[in-house]
Order: sequence, then C-alpha cells, then structure tokens
Amino acid sequence: MSGYTADEIMTVTAARALRDRMTCFVGIGLPSEAANLARATHAPGLVLIYESGTIGAKPGALPLSIGDGILAETADAVVSVPEIFNYWLQPGRIDIGFLGAAQIDRFANINTTVIGADYAEPKIRLPGAGGAPEIAASCREVIVIVRQTRQAFVERVDFVTSVGFGDGPGSRRYLGLTGAGPQKIITDLGVLEPDPATCELVLTGVYPGRSVAEVRERTGWDLRVSAGLAEIPAPGPAELAVLRDLVATMPATAAASG
Amino acid sequence: MAEIVSLAEAIAGAVHDGDTVAMEGFTHLIPHAAGREVIRQGRRGLTLVRMTPDVIYDQMIGAGCARKLVFSWGGNPGVGSLHRFRDAVEHSWPGPLELEEHSHAGMANRYVAGASGLPFAVLRGYNGTGLAGPAAGTRASIAEITCPFTGDTLTAVAALRPDVTVIHAQQADRAGNVQFWGITGVQKEAVLAAARSVVTVEEIVDVLEPRPGAVVLPAWTVGYVAPARGGAHPSYAMGYSVRDNDFYVAWDAISRDREAFGRWLAEHVYGKGAA
Repeated sequence: MSGYTADEIMTVTAARALRDRMTCFVGIGLPSEAANLARATHAPGLVLIYESGTIGAKPGALPLSIGDGILAETADAVVSVPEIFNYWLQPGRIDIGFLGAAQIDRFANINTTVIGADYAEPKIRLPGAGGAPEIAASCREVIVIVRQTRQAFVERVDFVTSVGFGDGPGSRRYLGLTGAGPQKIITDLGVLEPDPATCELVLTGVYPGRSVAEVRERTGWDLRVSAGLAEIPAPGPAELAVLRDLVATMPATAAASG
Repeated sequence: MAEIVSLAEAIAGAVHDGDTVAMEGFTHLIPHAAGREVIRQGRRGLTLVRMTPDVIYDQMIGAGCARKLVFSWGGNPGVGSLHRFRDAVEHSWPGPLELEEHSHAGMANRYVAGASGLPFAVLRGYNGTGLAGPAAGTRASIAEITCPFTGDTLTAVAALRPDVTVIHAQQADRAGNVQFWGITGVQKEAVLAAARSVVTVEEIVDVLEPRPGAVVLPAWTVGYVAPARGGAHPSYAMGYSVRDNDFYVAWDAISRDREAFGRWLAEHVYGKGAA
C-alpha cells in the first residue's frame, strides 16, 4: 500500500508543474483537480481559464463540466466562445494547456477522434477535438495527462486530432504552430518528456515503486530512457489532504461515475 | 420582428424537414425543451449543427431527426460517451449519420463569419491535423489560405449559415427583445448567422434590467420568442436553475441501451403531458 491512488499521484505531479501567476487553460477531470490543487497550495495566483469563456475562475468546489455556474460566478471575466479562442488562446496569451488523450504517439501527437484506421468505419467513435487542436498549437506549453497502456501509447496515432511534434524536428515550425508543444506527459507510472534534439518522447521520471521495465512494457514503441532518470517524489501529506478535500466537493454523482 | 408564440407554434413555423438547424448554448442555456419539441413534431433529414452535440443532439439523433451532424466535440461532459451518437456512427442506428467534424475554434469562427455576412473566417489552426485531411467531411469547409500582407499560411473555414438557429435565454420583454447572461457561448453569432430563429425564454418581463456581461438581441433580429420555463433542463439558466448533474450521469445508462432510450422517449417526449 502506497497510501495514495494513481489518480492522486498524477494530479499532484501535474499540480507541481504549475507556478504561481501562470495562466492555465483547464479541462474537466484531473486537469481541473490539478489546477485547483495548485491554486489551493503553492500557486494562489494561478489564473484558471475554461473554454466556456470563464477567465480567472476561482471555484470553491470542483465543477462537473466546463460550463458549471460556479465558474462564471467566480470568474474575473466571462467572455463569448469566439472571444476565448480568438483573443485569448490564439495569440499565445496562455502559459499552460492541459490535454488528455485516447492515443498518444512517439512524437506526442494526440488522438481523441476515432480508434481504427478507417475514419468512416471506426472501431470506437471518441468525442472528437473540442478545443484541443488550438490548445496544442497556441499555448506556450502543453501538459498531457494519460494512463500508460500499450493501447494508448502507440507508434503512430490512428488520427491526428492535435499536433504534438508531427513527424519530428522542424514539424511545428513548418506547420506554423506557435507554442512549444507538449513538454510533459504525466502518466500513472511516471513522466515522459520530448528529447530536445529528436522531439521523441523519453522517460524522464518514475514514481516510487515503479520500474523502467514496467513503463517500457506498457509503451507501444521502443521507449528510450533519459540518462538523468529521476524518481518523482510521492505526494506529501499536505498535498493529499488538500486534494482530498477538493475532490470531496465534487457532485457525488460525478465521483460515482468515475 | 419577434413574434411571441407557443413553443409548438415556434418550432412548427421555423423548423422544417431537411433544414440545417443550429441549437446552441455552451453547457449553459441549452435549448432542451425545443429539442424535445422537434422530436415530437417528427422532423426528419435535419443537418444538425452544434459545437457540442451533448445530450440534446444525442436525443434527436437517437429519435431519427438527423441526416448529418456538423460538430466539434461529441461527449457527455464530465461523464463520458454520447451513446446514441456513437450508435449512429458505429452502427448506423437508427440510420446513417454523415459527419462534418471541426474544432471548437473552427466552429466558433464559422459562426462569426456567418454573422458577419462573410463567406469565410481565418484562424491559425488545423495545420497538420486529420480534421483538415480528406476523411473528416471538411473538404468544403476548411482550406489553406495565404495572408495577402505577410505571406503567412493560415486556415480559412467556411461560414455557417443555418436555416434556423434555436437558443434558450433567461428573458424577453413584451416587444420580443431578448437578454441572456452568464456563459453566453456562441448564441449571438449563431442567431445572427441564421435565416430564421427561435428563442425560448425562462420568462417574459415588462422591462429588461441591464446585467453585467449580458447579450441583448433586439427584437428585430429574432424570429419567434416562446416562453419555456425550465426549458434548458438538464442544462441550466443562471439565476433560474442549476445544472442537473444527476441527469447527465443518469443519461449514460438510459442512452446506452436502445430499448431504454425508447422507453425514455415514450415517457418524456411522446408521453401524455410530456413537455
């Protein structure tokens, strides 16, 4: 027994990546928990922006959707949907964007559209893009939170919903993508980061009690390991206490739905 | 000029078989009562346009109203899949559903272009994604464009011009001026982009009191106004109701099974006294 769940160490690891006064584009689920944990601990001035148009939201309870009333009621400003994408996201005003993924590949390209090679006859129809392609393009940095499985970590995604590093070095510049792209992939085993030279994701950190072999086993390509591989510290008691208090504020039905 | 009528009269007057219909509301103010009325009136062959199809289009797709869906994110927010949408795409039930799939930024800009009377809008986006590729049904709505001033390569997206846009607002006055506030989404653009419009409202008031951040649509920009108290449920209307998160969670089981969905339709849409 480690004393914390996989979701908890993922959330705490993501929260630690946020610094005070950053602007952060937040989605629902673990990203929202991480951003609100950071705001409640080391980053009280963190600016939370949800794609529903709520800028500087300060929810006291975790929302179930990006459009919950509590976000609008506590925001510094509420703007229209065209405005949030055109004036706020597109020009690069936002430091960090969080994304999830059904599949992510060696070059951190993300699929949330379809599983299966044929778009017209998908094995699984996923929700689709939402705000993700422009978050991946225009936020200064992107953090991806995704559980590590061979189904999710694939050599090449079935469909490129959001571009990470395309085909490798030079792709982002060629495509005119202004942000730096995914800089951390936080999984339930550890953290992957892009190699600055090759843009390929490499393992840079593992959680206590997790092994490199286990991570490689759950990756669908021949994963490289950083020479500076680090053990990521376990969540501290204070972090866990604040996080659990936050999660307890979620609507009970949402927690039950997993 | 806005005409204040019943919800049934508004839908019968504005929404016809084969129309391109946008029903907007970004999590907040989703026009659910109007969606159920479209199902009840048996509309068929609709091209449904909406950034987030959400539970409202899951219901309409499952009920057989739709031929095509133009969208950017098709999930049940905070819960998971839209099972009627998935059943239509994966198994063509109750019929095939053509897709035209964009990103949120693309859809929002397409409404802006429509509202502006322009044929297209320009954004940085889509480059390198599959959405700009041949598969996603976007051949006629996404194109690369070169900036005439800087030479930058940008993306053009075709204007959305719905036959009819349907939204839900908190209030209208007796002249049919409409006001909504809170998360205002893309509804202003969607109404101004459309040839016809229906606005359901929580209540008709004597005077619209100014509210911070509110959107006002003057009566002459609106087609029909129909009172529908609670008409956003299970979505919400700030100041009148809260989001029924339990319903969104419960929808997962209802929509997962074709028979359970059929029973839900019979009871809550077609049933006596259903509204």
